[in-house]
Amino acid sequence: MEEVKLMKGNEAIAHAAIRYGTDGYFGYPITPQSEIMETLMAEMPWKTTGMVVLQAESEIAAINMVYGGAGSGKRVMTSSSSPGISLKLEGISYIAGAELPCLIVNVMRGGPGLGTIQPSQADYFQTVKGGGHGDYRLITLAPYSVQEMADFVALGFDLAFRYANPAMILADGIIGQMMEKVILPPQRPRKTEEEIRWESPWAVQGKLKPNKVNVITSLELDPAVMEENNLRFQAKYRQIEASEVRYEEFLCEDAEYLLVAFGSSARMCRKAVELAREEGLQAGLLRPITLWPFSSKVLGAYAQKVKGILSVELNAGQMVEDVRLAVNGKVKVEHFGRLGGIVFTPNEILSALKEKIINP
Amino acid sequence: MKHEIEIIIAGFGGQGVLSMGKILAYSGLTEGKEVSWMPSYGPEQRGGTANVTVILSNNPISSPILNAYDVAIILNQPSLEKFESKVKPGGILLYDGYGIHGDIGRKDIRVYRVNAMDAATEMKNEKAFNMLILGGLLKIVPMVSLQSVLMGLKKSLPERHHKLIPMNEIAIRKGMEIVCAM
Repeated sequence: MEEVKLMKGNEAIAHAAIRYGTDGYFGYPITPQSEIMETLMAEMPWKTTGMVVLQAESEIAAINMVYGGAGSGKRVMTSSSSPGISLKLEGISYIAGAELPCLIVNVMRGGPGLGTIQPSQADYFQTVKGGGHGDYRLITLAPYSVQEMADFVALGFDLAFRYANPAMILADGIIGQMMEKVILPPQRPRKTEEEIRWESPWAVQGKLKPNKVNVITSLELDPAVMEENNLRFQAKYRQIEASEVRYEEFLCEDAEYLLVAFGSSARMCRKAVELAREEGLQAGLLRPITLWPFSSKVLGAYAQKVKGILSVELNAGQMVEDVRLAVNGKVKVEHFGRLGGIVFTPNEILSALKEKIINP
Repeated sequence: MKHEIEIIIAGFGGQGVLSMGKILAYSGLTEGKEVSWMPSYGPEQRGGTANVTVILSNNPISSPILNAYDVAIILNQPSLEKFESKVKPGGILLYDGYGIHGDIGRKDIRVYRVNAMDAATEMKNEKAFNMLILGGLLKIVPMVSLQSVLMGLKKSLPERHHKLIPMNEIAIRKGMEIVCAM
């Protein structure tokens, strides 16, 4: 069995990336995620697996290196924090438009603007509602433990390649900076050129046959063809929504009051549920693991059973909109959040549940 | 002992607050416990206040961020002002006599002092400061064994610093001797 290790969420991502057999990481440092590249540089995977680790001259350069690497069928990734992700959005839209797989990590900090280096979840809209231009979607995974930071590297890459679509790990400064126990996945070999040719026949690998040309582009000047492309994207998105929703329920079975929270907020909510149960309040927690596709169906079902839902987020109320769409007016939905890098405690969440839902 | 212990360690950046928390976390790991280590991060390491929340538990840990603590280790005055009120009734506040001026107001908690700064100066080793505090903590709350702490030190220190472990052990034992109830 693999050894249990103690490490930061950011470090876990770096180790998991090497072990997944990632071909390349391209990044630019920014708090609170700099340990990802620092760990990769310290591990020197170019000496062992041959993985490229490169500090680009900017976030924009890094995402375009990812675009290029993805076009050649390689497992490539980048990471940043909120302001840096904003810079990458043009590239992300291009990658989505060219239907290429890659992994992007956002360890969120407080915004808007340069904001603060403290944790936040205020990039939910940016991540799941587009961010960049055009009708595209990002497969979004929200880890709530260091173990999930490690596990979601493989899951993110696998989903990205299954659907030829960029995937994002949406974490925040808490999950990035905290240390917990983690069991790392076993080391896998990097894909060979032969395997890439077989698994990703669209990849640009040089002119292999005289009459076969692969073209990677998001540009299409004929609107009729561009509409067809968009319809194909949408069909893919519907398929992802039907097959890839992931969530976790905590004491939901007999819950009268439901908390909905993702990532680090779900940790504080778990404690808040435990505190509520100690007081005899039947609270439960639904934790969306994929933020897109969203847990709409299961929330719709809970809307028939519970007396009220509180969406708990480190932002001014973003996921709450998707919760309201999911329950479609069947039950009261409120939001509780802290802003700008301030983190709520479990007691504050319990008080908010009482004030906004139980005894409004 | 109790199945979960929630600790805040708070002081100035450079006092070894985060590394002391890390050693506790590694010690817990050595004993097969669930652990979480949540630092305040950012400009602290350049001289501001720094703190870290460490939880050792026999069960999976829900929130790494807490309202109140079983143990507060307070190494400077601003941290006392911030965290004194957040010790659970019946909990423990451990402080360094050099860093704190004046009295601790709370009467519903147990208060201990380790004159770690003085002892470190006496040992001519300022870097022993946090290990003296850790010794004091382990004397009053033996949450992990000294053996596990020495294992934890081995795991959290880079190999080139392993020669310093015996000095750390001396400091921990000294801390155990000089901690006193207030």
